[in-house]
Formats: sequence, C-alpha cells, structure tokens
Amino acid sequence: MLQLLGVLEQGFIYAILALGVYITFKILDFPDMSVDSTFPLGAAVTALMISAGFPPLLTLPASLAAGAIAGAVTGLIHVRLHVRDLLSGIIVMTALYSVNLHIAGRSNVQLFSFNTVFKNPFIDALPDAIRPYAPVLILALLTLLVKVLLDLYLATRSGFLLRATGDNPTLVATLAKDSGKVKILGLSIANALVALSGCIMCQYQRYFDVSMGTGTLVLAVASVIVGTQIMRGLRFLRATSAVVLGSVLYKGCVALALSMGLSPFDMKLITAVLLLLIIVAGGHSRRRGKYHA
Amino acid sequence: MLELKDIVKIYQGGTVNETCLFNGFSLSIPDEQFVCVVGSNGSGKTSLLNIICGTIPIDEGQVLVGGENITHMPEHKRHRRIGRVYQDPARGTCPSMTILENMSMADNKGKPFNLLPCVNRRKTETYRDMLAQLGLGLEDKLGVRVGSLSGGQRQAMALLMSTMTPIEFLILDEHTAALDPKTAEIIMQLTGKIVAEKHLTTIMVTHNLRYAVEYGDRLLMMHQGRAELDLSGAAHKNLRVEDLLCKFNEISIECGN
Repeated sequence: MLQLLGVLEQGFIYAILALGVYITFKILDFPDMSVDSTFPLGAAVTALMISAGFPPLLTLPASLAAGAIAGAVTGLIHVRLHVRDLLSGIIVMTALYSVNLHIAGRSNVQLFSFNTVFKNPFIDALPDAIRPYAPVLILALLTLLVKVLLDLYLATRSGFLLRATGDNPTLVATLAKDSGKVKILGLSIANALVALSGCIMCQYQRYFDVSMGTGTLVLAVASVIVGTQIMRGLRFLRATSAVVLGSVLYKGCVALALSMGLSPFDMKLITAVLLLLIIVAGGHSRRRGKYHA
Repeated sequence: MLELKDIVKIYQGGTVNETCLFNGFSLSIPDEQFVCVVGSNGSGKTSLLNIICGTIPIDEGQVLVGGENITHMPEHKRHRRIGRVYQDPARGTCPSMTILENMSMADNKGKPFNLLPCVNRRKTETYRDMLAQLGLGLEDKLGVRVGSLSGGQRQAMALLMSTMTPIEFLILDEHTAALDPKTAEIIMQLTGKIVAEKHLTTIMVTHNLRYAVEYGDRLLMMHQGRAELDLSGAAHKNLRVEDLLCKFNEISIECGN
C-alpha cells in the first residue's frame, strides 16, 4: 500500500514533467536537452526561497517563471542565432548547471526543518486517517490542474499555432505568422512545466541536489512514449491524459523492477534498456519527417 | 501592381559552382491579372515565386507591391496579403489536426492568434458549405484528421484554406502536378472560380500547357532566368497549345535537352 502511494505520488510529479516534454518532443518535434537542467532549476529556486522563509506556495509561480525564461533562452539561441535544436538545448543545459549552483548556493540543500506544500501546520492539523493521503491528493489535484490548463491552451488560437508549427512550419508562414516566435513560446511553456515539476520534487523529497536532473529527459520521453502508445489503443483518451497515465505506469514498472530485486545501481541501465524497447516496439525509431507527403 | 525590378539572384555565390539565375530580371503584374508561368526545369519559375514571397533572399533588385518596397520584408509578413498553394499537398495543411481545426485556423489568418478558442462552432455550417462545393465528400468528415485524406482532397483543402481570408495575391506553385488528371481538373476549375470571385492577382506556375493556355489572361514562358515569351491581350487569346509546345521544343533543343 505504502509503495503504491509512493508510485502514484512520484508518477504525478513526473507527469507534470512529462506534459512539458510532450510539448517539445511531440508537439514541436524539438529534442530539447535543456530539460535535464531546467528540472533542477525549479528545485534550486524552490530550495533558495524555502530556506529564506518564503511561503511554500510562492515557489510554484517562481519556478514556473524561471523555467519559462530558460526555455525562451533555448528558443532564442535556436531561432535567432540559428543553432541546431539539439545543440541549443545542450548549451543551455550546460550553462544552467552553474546557474543552479549559484541559485542554491551549494550543491545540495536540505529542507527538513522548513515548511513545504506537503508539510505545514495545515497538513499537520488534518486527522490521522487522512494525513498520509494528503500528498497524493495534492499532487493529483495539481497534475489535473496542469493537464486541464494545457488542454484548454491547446484549443486556443495560440495553441493551434503551436500544434501547426510542429506539424508544418510552412503553413504557419502562409498564415502570416512567424514560426520562430511560436517555437520560443512553446519552449517557454514546456520548460515552465518542467521547472514546476522540479519545484514539487524538491519539496516532496525535501532536499535539492544539483545533479537531481540527470536522466530527467529520458524518463520524461519514456513516459510520453508509453502514454502515446496507450492512446493508440484507447482512442477516447486525450493525449495529455495518456501522458499522465504513461508517467504513473512507467514509475510503477520501475518500482516493480526494484521490488523484484534489481539493484538501484542498475537503475539508469534499466531505464535506458526499457526506453529502447519501447521506442523500437512503438515504431518511434526514426524522427518523423517535416512533411508527410 | 506587383513589380520586380532588376532582380539579380545568384546561387552558391563565391564558389566554383556559382550560377546566376536572374541577371536584371524585371516583371510587373497589374492588379487582378492571372499570369500563367511555364518553362523547363531550372528556368526560374519556382525561384520567381520564392522571390515574390520572400522565401529566398535576392542579391540585387527590388520587389514592390503597390509602390511599397517589400524587398526586405520577412516571408511571414508578406503572406498577410498573399495566399500560396504548393506542389506538395502536405504543405498546405496540418496532418495531425482535423478538417474542422484546419479550416478554423486558416479562417483566423490576419487576426491575432490569442487565447480565445480557435474553433467557432457557429461557423461549422459555413465550412461545411465551402467543402460541399468541392464535391469530394469532405463536408461529412469535419472530425477526420487531414493526414488520412488523399493528396487531391488535401490540395483542395489547401486551396480553400489559402483563399478563405481577404488576400490580394494568390501564388500557385504547380499545385496540380501531384494529382491525378481528374482531381487536377477539379482543382483547376475551383482555382478559376475562386480567382474570378475574389478578384485575386494570381501567378500560377504549371507544367500543363493546356491549363496555361485555358486559364489566365497572360502567359510567361521562362528560360534561363528570362521571360522568353510574354503574351497578353489578343496574342494570348489566339494562343494554341500546339504553338506553345513548338516554342517549348525550340527552346529545349537550343538547350541541348
């Protein structure tokens, strides 16, 4: 039971991350490597604010903003300086490592003695029967909120343009819109969500570690692919719901693998092999062409 | 009035493969004229369209619209008054979006792409009527993804979408070349109808000499970056496909093809 709660909690936290990566990876068709650093960026901002005594709720908009700026930088490097998509992400990822250290002040920060969104006087006052379920409820609500807002956004005029930019940039130009600007906006939104996920993770585990972002992208991509595979089978599911489900499912698989006696040392190896299997089995092995004739 | 003045376009400039396509090319197209452009491969037809739309930069010269110099205006801004249909049917639509979504998005051209909902249910009937006039059965498939339609159906949609909102110019880049003869005929008739209804200044590149003769009121035959033929008025009216083919062959033989 306790393990199931843990899977759900972490699944929801990573679902927000996966929704962000869904925007870049699936909608924009942009392999954004900066995710590995924008995730800890959100955490660094959170660690700084919480240890300085800010109310925990304020860390959410702050990390959203920090992620949005980082995403915009990746976009500007790609669009304005004409650097290839993969490289612009790597450049920002590398630079952010130092930025994160500067923000947090050191390579790891513990927050055990501070209030967070999961541990505060309000939660402590809840009856004993409910209290263990508070984190999973908070996370479910937050993930649902993010998912619904993203769904709503994708149905707006601006959201349509975002979808069109990944699908067919030529059409965006003939609609008299600059697809470069749309890409920058998309990267901003995506990385804002990634940083939000990092913010929540930091408060959930109550410490910040500068290397906590390593492998984030792979994990998120795995969730997105698992999710979109599910969607193929269950057509009534929205892509965003499928991504959330994919994230929880993926966390479940990993927990199962660990409980079956696999050493945590092999964690990344398992992740990589699992991802490879999913990609090959799902027919995602080739990057899709820009035009589908 | 659309004017190209002394255009110079050099490909791969500064290398041993440097080729000068246009060397002082000028062309002026009065409002509401329908120009058909024919010519062999590499004669500069598509480059001409790309220069007008701002897809490729030019080395010298000016592009003017109604006297306004748009030589340095980026492509997407020029498209505020241009509609363009490409040879590849996939370039004019979004494959992962439905017909209704594509139509709604095209209908929003010229308006801000803000946070209002894009699909306006009240306009569904209008879109249905527009699609019904194509006779391709698309009016019953509003919820179908465009990616699953045939090339002809997509091209018909691309043509509708590019001419939905008020524009002044219509640029057609061999837009029937990838279609079967029957669908091409439908698309061409639709093109003629839309151009006449909306009084658009149209430039159509085509390899189909019959369309070039039947449609439009001016004909350009391009050859090595020059307009080898430029017929309008009475000379255009009396033009026959055979004459055009003769001239075409003459040029090709000169060229050694």
